[in-house]
Amino acid sequence: MTMDTNKKLAVFIASAIVLAVLPFVVGNTLGNSWVRTIDFALLYVMLALGLNIVVGFAGLLDLGFIAFYAVGAYTFALLGSPHFDIHLPFYISIPLGAGLAAMFGLLLGTPVLKLKGDYLAIVTLGFGEIIRIFMNNLNAPVNITNGPQGINLIDPIQIGGLSLGKAVEVFGFTLNPVHLYYYVFLFLTVMVVIMVYRLQHSRIGRAWVAMREDSIAAAAMGLNIRNIKLLAFALGALSGGVAGGLFSTFQGFISPESFGLLESIMILAMVVLGGMGHIPGVILGAVVLTIAPEILRDVIGPLQMKAFGKMLVDPENARMLLFGAAMVIMMLVRPEGMWPSKRRAAEFKDAKKG
Amino acid sequence: MSEVLLKIEGINKRFGGLHALSNVSLHINKGEIYGLIGPNGAGKTTMFNVLTGLYTPDEGSFTFDGNDLFRAPPHVVVKSGIARTFQNIRLFHEMTALENVMVGRHIRSKANALGAVLRNKATRDEEAAIEAKAWELLRYVGIEDVAYERAKNLSYGHQRRLEIARALATEPKLLALDEPAAGMNPSETESLKALMEKIRDGGVTVLLIEHDVKLMMGLCDRIAVLDYGKKIAEGVPEVVRKDPKVIEAYLGVAHE
Amino acid sequence: MDIFLQQILNGLVLGSIYALIALGYTMVYGIMGLINFAHGEVVMFGAMVTITVVTTLMNAGVGLPGPMLVLIGLLVAIPACMLLGYTIERVAYRPLRNAPKLAPLITAIGLSIVLQQVAILIWGRNYIPFPAILDHETIEIFGATITKLQLGIVALCLLLMVGLLVVVEKTKLGRAMRATSQNPAVASLMGVNVNTIISATFVMGSALGAIAGVMVATNYDQAHYYMGFMIGLKAFTAAVLGGIGNLGGAVAGGILLGIIESLGAGYIGDLTGGFLGSHYQDIFAFAVLIVVLIFRPSGLLGEKMADRA
Repeated sequence: MTMDTNKKLAVFIASAIVLAVLPFVVGNTLGNSWVRTIDFALLYVMLALGLNIVVGFAGLLDLGFIAFYAVGAYTFALLGSPHFDIHLPFYISIPLGAGLAAMFGLLLGTPVLKLKGDYLAIVTLGFGEIIRIFMNNLNAPVNITNGPQGINLIDPIQIGGLSLGKAVEVFGFTLNPVHLYYYVFLFLTVMVVIMVYRLQHSRIGRAWVAMREDSIAAAAMGLNIRNIKLLAFALGALSGGVAGGLFSTFQGFISPESFGLLESIMILAMVVLGGMGHIPGVILGAVVLTIAPEILRDVIGPLQMKAFGKMLVDPENARMLLFGAAMVIMMLVRPEGMWPSKRRAAEFKDAKKG
Repeated sequence: MSEVLLKIEGINKRFGGLHALSNVSLHINKGEIYGLIGPNGAGKTTMFNVLTGLYTPDEGSFTFDGNDLFRAPPHVVVKSGIARTFQNIRLFHEMTALENVMVGRHIRSKANALGAVLRNKATRDEEAAIEAKAWELLRYVGIEDVAYERAKNLSYGHQRRLEIARALATEPKLLALDEPAAGMNPSETESLKALMEKIRDGGVTVLLIEHDVKLMMGLCDRIAVLDYGKKIAEGVPEVVRKDPKVIEAYLGVAHE
Repeated sequence: MDIFLQQILNGLVLGSIYALIALGYTMVYGIMGLINFAHGEVVMFGAMVTITVVTTLMNAGVGLPGPMLVLIGLLVAIPACMLLGYTIERVAYRPLRNAPKLAPLITAIGLSIVLQQVAILIWGRNYIPFPAILDHETIEIFGATITKLQLGIVALCLLLMVGLLVVVEKTKLGRAMRATSQNPAVASLMGVNVNTIISATFVMGSALGAIAGVMVATNYDQAHYYMGFMIGLKAFTAAVLGGIGNLGGAVAGGILLGIIESLGAGYIGDLTGGFLGSHYQDIFAFAVLIVVLIFRPSGLLGEKMADRA
């Protein structure tokens, strides 16, 4: 199974080249809106990898993960927009948002330490909703979040004198903001991948798996279950917070609507349908679930016009219908996900037999 | 030669109306194999869980190697040097044998999340040391040839040994084994006995619960007998065997 | 004082509806140990189907009195929801009975989304008004008011709950349900057909859900494809509050939650010096849920079952 070093190097260089030119190829063939979709795919990869720490590694079912994304996003927005007229640079507000998100992770994690399975899912769901309700309503009597209108004109990232919010010319190439952000997101995504990979293959990663498999035996081996769980919540939230800050500055506008339950479910679906606990699987899940709906959007409408001469099902409706159905069918047919780790695949196989 | 390693006094544990342990006191000396026997439902497993921190006793005192462990959580108990196995084997089934033992090294290593992410030299060295130690322990219990097998695919005897290796990985001063010979055939039991003696001779004190009284008599340096949650006898096997209270507990009115 | 009483009455109405839905959650949880995430959607379908039937009849010029129309609507909605509940169990849960816990939860969420989207296909995205055919005449009790309709809702809820308790405690089916919930393997050895019992549980819960859906729609004069989510979540909270798996607990939890929410919404402004207003009403359910699960995961009337939680 182990590839020799040359082969590994070749794969590495090839993927680096593909990833480097991807936005130009896509931009010139399919248009810049698709580059934007790829940018979002990278954001979702970060989010899904963050949630994967909690759900996949530690086995804690979290249905309110979007709350940490929201914390990161609002932190950036409030510290970099005309709303309070504060304009902190990104290298302060993104770490700040990530740190704050991690603190919220601990805040959520501490009281729910003893809960398992469905119960944990419901409580985290409730936590996510509470955060959203507050964002929606904290515009009076003191206007903090600007309520349902959300926050507008969020600062783009500035690196040196370069603003990622405007197009730049480099050697005759035009780099649009979607291109510029692509490279920032790609860099951070790679960082997150390295982070979760290394965590997984460390004593901490082993502790998470041990706890997931048998928490009593894990405790009997001297593992401090409380700390291990909290660490999972905090690190997961941290990644969510980073992605949130990036989302905020990339989009330039945020409102509570972006942080609903459906988003949490979407991210959970990326993790589960991709292959829980398996980093390549989770990345695949995030990419597929970001790109597929966009393809459907382009396909569903015209297809119906062709087949029936009119729109029977509006594309948004059809998209969600397919998404829901995919979740059900996937669980029935291939509960271990599209690209599971060997270990997970074995677990599911056993469960089916049992 | 008999230096006290573990000492409990006046331990009481109740579950609702059930008085599972009443006023039990005992001590385990350094370097011995100490056996805990008794009929079914006598409170052996409860005692065992109290000694390994899984249950918190209601009253009493519990000192181990100079530390007060009364009501200490399991990870503190393990850290101070008590490791255990389970009657109904609790391995991490989907992990390999090697990984199982590596989990046992958790408390004896210290790389934190930042170290793990940066993977600096200290972390890499530590990780290599963890793996080396795990290999060493697999060899010690004689199952290094199945290091890369998933725990659940191992034979019963190998699983027992793996559980012991995993417990040894925490570097215990006291190794507590909950019915390690259950379900084993005579030749497996014999080699398990040899392993336990090897562990003791290597300087680790052993606490043993066992149903197989014959095995216990031949193996243990000292034995305590529990009945109805009370200690009815304690001492060297030859004396305990002849104790009328013990004979009555085992041969008299059946409790089962 | 009359504000207090008024909020109690409002809470009672709301709470009995929660209780009715909570029974559906708690029955399924008691028997299978899983949260039927799609139950809220069954409630929504109950409301939608009834409104459709009533509106169709009215448009067809059927000159029956309002309550009769609603009754006919219910007679269509109840079997429809029973069928829906049965299908949900067969499609999404039965094949996964031995799978890791996460799998049925994901299918349930997926099914929930599918059902919502199907509702959009049929009824659209907008609020559907409940036809104004029911009397909203009010009565006054010690300065607080309640409509006759609301009184009827409370009365019907109580009746249904008592009925369910009788079924579970006194009938052969109920005995089989209780046996299955305690130990499915043993129950099946004793000749109980566990599959039938589980189906029956879903069907009964769905029937109650359908009725509750109509109550919600009449109480708020409208229905919406997304209504099942929030009401379902609150009813689930009620079930947990009372002690999940415990029928009496679901009833007590539902009514208690209704009253807590209602009082909370009425007084939150005063309590926080005007900082938080009544639009925070929804956080009470979540706050209650979190507090209960942390401090008493077995609920108010539940047996000790921390291990299952």
